[in-house]
Amino acid sequence: MTVSYKATAGAAPSAQGLTTLASVLPKVIFAIYMVLFFAYLFLPLLVMAAATFNTSKFPTVTPWLGTTLDWFSALWADSAMWQALRLSILISLGVIAISLPVGTAAALFLNSLQDRSRSLFYAVMVSPLLTPGVAIGIATLVLWRQVGVGGGTALIILAQSSFISAYVMLMVAARMQRFDRTLEDAAVDLGASRIVVFRRILLPYLKPSLLAATCIAFLQSFENYNTTLFVRGTETPLTVYIATKVRTGLSPAVNALGLVLIAATILAAIAYELARRRRSSGSEA
Amino acid sequence: MSRSVELIDVEMTFGKARAVEKLSVAIEGGEFFSILGPSGCGKTTILRLIAGFMQPTGGRILIGGRDMVGIGADQRPTSMIFQSLALFPLMPVWENIAFGLEVRGVRKADRRKRAEELLELIALPGYGDRMVHELSGGQKQRVAIARALAVEPQVLLLDEPLSALDLKLRQHMRAELRSLQKRTGVTFIYITHDQSEALAMSDRVAVMSAGVLQQVAPPLELYSNPATPFVARFVGETNEFPGRVERVADGMAAIETAHGLFTGRSGANLKVGDQAIVYVRPEAISLAAGADANGLHAVAEQLEFEGATAMLHAKTDGGYRLSAALPHHRLAEAPTAGTNVRLSFAASQALVLAHA
Amino acid sequence: MHSLFQRFGVGLGSVILICVATWLLGMVLAPNLMMLDFSLRPNLMPAQIGGPDDRYTLVNFTALFSDPVHRGIFLKTIWASALVMATTFVVTYPMAYWLAKVARRKAVAFVTVALIIPFWINEVLRTLAWYILLAFNGPLNVVLTSLGVIDAPVRWFSDIGVLAGMVYAYILFMLFPVYNSISTLDSAQVEAARNLGASTLQIHRRIVIPHAKAGIATGCVFTFMLAAGSYVAPALLGAPGSRWFTEIIYNWFFEGGNWNRGAAYALVLLALCMAFVMAALRIFRVNLADVAK
Repeated sequence: MTVSYKATAGAAPSAQGLTTLASVLPKVIFAIYMVLFFAYLFLPLLVMAAATFNTSKFPTVTPWLGTTLDWFSALWADSAMWQALRLSILISLGVIAISLPVGTAAALFLNSLQDRSRSLFYAVMVSPLLTPGVAIGIATLVLWRQVGVGGGTALIILAQSSFISAYVMLMVAARMQRFDRTLEDAAVDLGASRIVVFRRILLPYLKPSLLAATCIAFLQSFENYNTTLFVRGTETPLTVYIATKVRTGLSPAVNALGLVLIAATILAAIAYELARRRRSSGSEA
Repeated sequence: MSRSVELIDVEMTFGKARAVEKLSVAIEGGEFFSILGPSGCGKTTILRLIAGFMQPTGGRILIGGRDMVGIGADQRPTSMIFQSLALFPLMPVWENIAFGLEVRGVRKADRRKRAEELLELIALPGYGDRMVHELSGGQKQRVAIARALAVEPQVLLLDEPLSALDLKLRQHMRAELRSLQKRTGVTFIYITHDQSEALAMSDRVAVMSAGVLQQVAPPLELYSNPATPFVARFVGETNEFPGRVERVADGMAAIETAHGLFTGRSGANLKVGDQAIVYVRPEAISLAAGADANGLHAVAEQLEFEGATAMLHAKTDGGYRLSAALPHHRLAEAPTAGTNVRLSFAASQALVLAHA
Repeated sequence: MHSLFQRFGVGLGSVILICVATWLLGMVLAPNLMMLDFSLRPNLMPAQIGGPDDRYTLVNFTALFSDPVHRGIFLKTIWASALVMATTFVVTYPMAYWLAKVARRKAVAFVTVALIIPFWINEVLRTLAWYILLAFNGPLNVVLTSLGVIDAPVRWFSDIGVLAGMVYAYILFMLFPVYNSISTLDSAQVEAARNLGASTLQIHRRIVIPHAKAGIATGCVFTFMLAAGSYVAPALLGAPGSRWFTEIIYNWFFEGGNWNRGAAYALVLLALCMAFVMAALRIFRVNLADVAK
């Protein structure tokens, strides 16, 4: 494209020089933008990662007091951290157990509705996503206090599920939209009961979106802070533990935790991608 | 032969819209029965009513003599081949074919064996472990048929299953469907908007328009003796000469038209003085003048060569543009554009129907 | 309802219905109604509850607007959230356009992964990264002073720090919706506009942005809502004296001991976000169905 323009404008050499500058300038500006964008994205992370290896008691890279791996062993020895991690995983599993069936049911429900009532229910169902997390936490806390249930693991699971179900619903509904309903008709016509149609036709079709929704639900729950803060009672899941650490005695062990979490998710993602590739190549062979 | 499917005064309305008007028809066991009509005429609705996806708002449906009221699609002795085929994309071919057996609780080894037999029947042996998306259009078609036959239905319902195929493959599949039907002896109810498909394959054809059953007849009868103006126009090509009935006698009627007095076979309920139309197929019109024939003058306008025949378009004195099919061996006599031609057709080849 | 049972049968249909009802009534509607009820009652001793003083009152709401400090913080939260939203859009738009229309497929895949990595760790850790970077003796001040850009270290823990941290935290919520909607634009439209002599600015203003409005609306709604409801970034990166609205709410609950007032404040925050959603839908003329995708 650019080449052909240059060729036509190339009658006078000076004009060509001008055109080149005019066509290069936006590229230079864009290149600077890209560099700044990624610097903005990664510098904080690099600093945080680097600080893990600094002997300084407070996580920083300036001044560099010496390189060490001690903070990993400090993290390993931190029993409170392990407890918080265990609790966070427990909560995530609870949230998945609730939001996966609820969100799927909501998607199926929407899919069976007429246009008008569908858009009404849709609005109600996505509203938790547009609600600030603190408001969700507070509303749940206030409701359950009426029946004598205080903040704690159960309330954290309930409060998180109320909006994570909406994520699941969106992901399942998106796949549902592309589902060919005549497949259900065909199965019924061949004698399948409603339950069998669901188990044998619809559920296998939805499986990829259910898997993805499980991952999203896990991540959303695992990293939730705002909602959890209000319904946690005296429990301390991992995000709350980290935030407390920041106030009461930040040490590079927290950075080490961040690094470990990134490494774990990257490994999980690679494993998932490899498994997916193997499966798709297997089905093509 | 026993009656396989019987519709008695079946009606279907969606809200205020009437999809099917009071309709009765009996389909014999082992018959290849087509329902032909333009899109939106209610033919798919009838198929879905028979399959049990919908309950009629009026009338009764009997299959094998049994009233189907309250019996769902999963319990009926019918199986359907969908327009989209609706093969299950996540199952290999053999599981698709054996799905109906699976839901009936047949053991896996038996299912597999039956699937292999059916794959033999449809000439796709060894394809059991392929995935559906690996098959060609025609192969998918045959798998859909095998899947429907696996449950040993009394009636196979086919909803325009050939419409997605290209012309050559479609013609091939027609013959294959027909021979499969003869071999299995299953009643086929075939929905189509393609008249040549219906005429080529069927024992009998039902023509529908706007939810109303127009005529049920074997293909030949449908073509030569259409019962209503709609059938005359929809099935095959035809020329129309409107006019007034002058005489009715011995099954023949004479009509005064703008092009002259024509005689033709009389349809039902014609009276002298009625408004009527004379229908003549293009191939019934010839260049030569016959003794007892109806004759008319026209000016040749255009000649379209179509292979086996050539279609002559000519304008009559009355301003009507008619079509006449000239057989291959008479092409030498074909008039050039602008010349006057004298055309004729035999009274036995013309049909007179009351103006609708 | 009827079609639900017809499609899934009575058993499965009932399970679906029960799941949906439990969620919408029990986990969404009931808590919010209770919060409303709570916010309309005065803060009483346990003994007084149900007594003559336990009446509906608007005092919790009027308190917010009659207290100049709280009112000020509320208003500041609104405009600061709007600023976060606008900044996020400006920062992400070129990247979204580049990913959707310019970059090759491999580059898109690579950049997408690069973008997601920072978001595999949670908001608290992300904010912590900024906390370390912006510290008074932290690397940013050290580098800038050694380069001679600034003479003395700057106190970054301020509105600037909050802005930087929030834009960072919510960048993907803007980038992906905008990217998605731009990628549905037919590239031929851009070429046609260029062919007709439109400048780059005109192309974006008249062709790309109008086409991507649903995605932009989505991004704006989410970043505004997340910013207004944010707790970590202002707590960590803000100047010691300045507070965010959510911090006041937290204090009512866990330090001030007035849950009723806290509920009222949370409800005001909720109402603000809902009003913003409505306004965005109206301004961009899009449906909710286009937004939450």
